[in-house]
Amino acid sequence: MTSSPASVSDPALSRPGDLPSEPARVLSALFGADWEVAVQGRFLRGEGRADGETVAVLGTCGHAAIGADLALALAGGVLSILRHHPGRPILLLVDNSGQKLSRRDELLGNNSYLAHLAKCLAVARARGHRTLALVYSEAVSGGFLATGMSAGPCYALPGVELRVMGLEAMSKVTLIPLDRLSALCRTMPTLAPGVENFVRMGVIREIWNDPADGLRQALAAPPEAPDRQRRLGLARGGRPAAAEVAERVRRAPGG
Amino acid sequence: MTADPRARSYLELTARQRLAGILDPGSFTEFLPPPDRVVSPHLPALDLPVAFDDGIVVGTGRLDGRPVLIAAQEGGFMGGAVGEVHGAKLTGLLERALDEQAREDGARGVVLLLETGGVRLQEANAGLVAMGEVQQALLDLRLAGVPVVVAIGGANGCYGGLSIICRSADALVMSEAGRLSISGPEVIETACGAEEFDARDRALVWRTMGGKHRRLLGDCDALVADDPAAFRAAILHHLAQPRPLDLATLEAEHAMLRDRIAAFGDCADATEVWGRLGVDDPGRVPDLDEKAFDDLVTRLGV
Repeated sequence: MTSSPASVSDPALSRPGDLPSEPARVLSALFGADWEVAVQGRFLRGEGRADGETVAVLGTCGHAAIGADLALALAGGVLSILRHHPGRPILLLVDNSGQKLSRRDELLGNNSYLAHLAKCLAVARARGHRTLALVYSEAVSGGFLATGMSAGPCYALPGVELRVMGLEAMSKVTLIPLDRLSALCRTMPTLAPGVENFVRMGVIREIWNDPADGLRQALAAPPEAPDRQRRLGLARGGRPAAAEVAERVRRAPGG
Repeated sequence: MTADPRARSYLELTARQRLAGILDPGSFTEFLPPPDRVVSPHLPALDLPVAFDDGIVVGTGRLDGRPVLIAAQEGGFMGGAVGEVHGAKLTGLLERALDEQAREDGARGVVLLLETGGVRLQEANAGLVAMGEVQQALLDLRLAGVPVVVAIGGANGCYGGLSIICRSADALVMSEAGRLSISGPEVIETACGAEEFDARDRALVWRTMGGKHRRLLGDCDALVADDPAAFRAAILHHLAQPRPLDLATLEAEHAMLRDRIAAFGDCADATEVWGRLGVDDPGRVPDLDEKAFDDLVTRLGV
């Protein structure tokens, strides 16, 4: 267990502590016995080795709500990797129940903390680090944006929960009766919760039935073109319009 | 009603009126304008009306002669919520700025006039995924050195994914009436109860999420009057002052955000934060006029 919050100046890795069983199982599926990850609260930090290559591991567990403190810890983990392990690939293990809903975190400007994490991951890529995310349990709305999509490309394990909002809450906000909403969900991948719908959106590149093999292939894959995600969304029937609309704006006459 | 948008409240203007009020007169060219009928492919299945611009206007224009790419969200259509087409227009505009940067000498600059409640729930998954693509495109622009300035001053505030994304821009300009937060007051109250956040307490909403608090915290770079001319002047000023995005600036930001939690993490209310910042009479901050607030900001050095 690490004893102090992760900071830029603290690269030390400690021995694995009492890691919850879910991330421990996932790490073993990814790296066999060859990993060392510590938990502090709901913040995960460590490393694993795949095919002899060391992969930096950051993440959250326990369906964490992503507030200012947790986002800062994740960002500190990224900055520490940039300082002390240039070029090392970064795997972000995603499990969250969304952005933290609290007056205190909004007062502190939680959006600035989540943006800071996204900026750290973008600079990591610019400095030659591969970054990728694996949703291994649950990801919700702003929590998915701030962790998984910020670290993308994004993969998922079979059966994980992925959603913007549960159907009952969505029914209340949109004023669409629940039974009608449920019926619409069967034909509208953009509406319904569920990881398979996010595969159709293009954002989940693949479901890893064999996590070790998935990780190996993802690490070996060439960097993606910026429009790959929306092209996948089109090809998989999830997003009929995004790819074409973005291209038309890029190429429209004017200016 | 005054015909000249330059003479009116920014808050009350439509997206197109804001563009007219901020850009050089007659300089705006819209990409995929309403006659092109680029609409949401999802709303008709829900028997909901579409907008011919899907609630966002994107295009190119000039600011004091300087060419910019610019977007304005329309709060009057579904509260500025981001759906598949809406998000793709924004992504396309940001990617176009990167294309132009690669072709031309000198960065053109991007201006985003945001007003949004977040993801459009009627096309939730496509809207959320679009947020990720907008974020990626904006960060790529920053890394390429293209300045991005965001303005917030609409009645719907700036909530959801774009509240995160806009904090990756070079600069953020707000009016006092603008609000900036991830989760709306109603969402927090529904999930956590009125004891956590009483959404009907409008003074609490503005103290916690409004432009003055964001300016005092340092999350917003300029608090301007509620009129297009003031927004225009501040946007111009900040477009000319791009900030590098690199490891050194992120380490400095990290220290600032860490210190913020240490200094204010136990505050129950914005007035406590303001008191600790050195404001003598924090309860009066919401009442300060523009000049008095400017003087306060100068005195505090925030």
